[in-house]
Amino acid sequence: MTKEQIIEKLPYETPFLFVDEIIEVDEDGIKGSYTLKPDEYFYQGHFKDHPITPGVILTEIMAQIGLVCLGIFTLKEQIDKNTIGVAMSSTTINFYKSVLPGEKVLVKSEKEYFRFNKLKCKVEMFNEEQKLIAKGEIAGMIV
Amino acid sequence: MTKEELLSKLKTIIEPYVQNQEGLQNMSEDTNFIEDLEINSANLVDVILDVEDEFGIEIDNDGMDKMLTVKASIEVIQDKLAAK
Repeated sequence: MTKEQIIEKLPYETPFLFVDEIIEVDEDGIKGSYTLKPDEYFYQGHFKDHPITPGVILTEIMAQIGLVCLGIFTLKEQIDKNTIGVAMSSTTINFYKSVLPGEKVLVKSEKEYFRFNKLKCKVEMFNEEQKLIAKGEIAGMIV
Repeated sequence: MTKEELLSKLKTIIEPYVQNQEGLQNMSEDTNFIEDLEINSANLVDVILDVEDEFGIEIDNDGMDKMLTVKASIEVIQDKLAAK
């Protein structure tokens, strides 16, 4: 499966698709990136006159690249675009730096385990200066 | 290992994932992990992984599908232990 095919199989659409590129992927982990558009819808309200990317959105970016893309790669042919369902089951993320409109973020994910349709990963997010933005564990189920 | 020992170990494993503490206090062989203890499906996977570590066994998909109640779990664990 190519990196482009993984993105095609994602069950998301604008304005909630947060994967631009898969940089590397194998059975044990994945790296990908997303650039926050200056006009993302959530900047209208987070915060008043002071746009900063919400932590929940950073978590979502980490989950879409780190878990869902890796899950699609792992399951490969078994996944049909019309039937894939994903559910986040737990997150523990610490945040270290804020992300402003227009910034590009890099997500690195390392598989802890994939058993009985549950994927758990250690996920990190970096900015273009390679500074750590966020780090933690995310788990989800393919349903 | 006696059934009581097995039950006690199983109870220790599931405790951190239980949302309904009353269900845990009243735990019997008929207790259903999802219905009675309000363990979610993702944590049910963690229960299975912890069972594998604790008893040194491997649970396959069929075993996982069966392990929804205390009784069924004990049967699966006993079968796997016997086959070791």
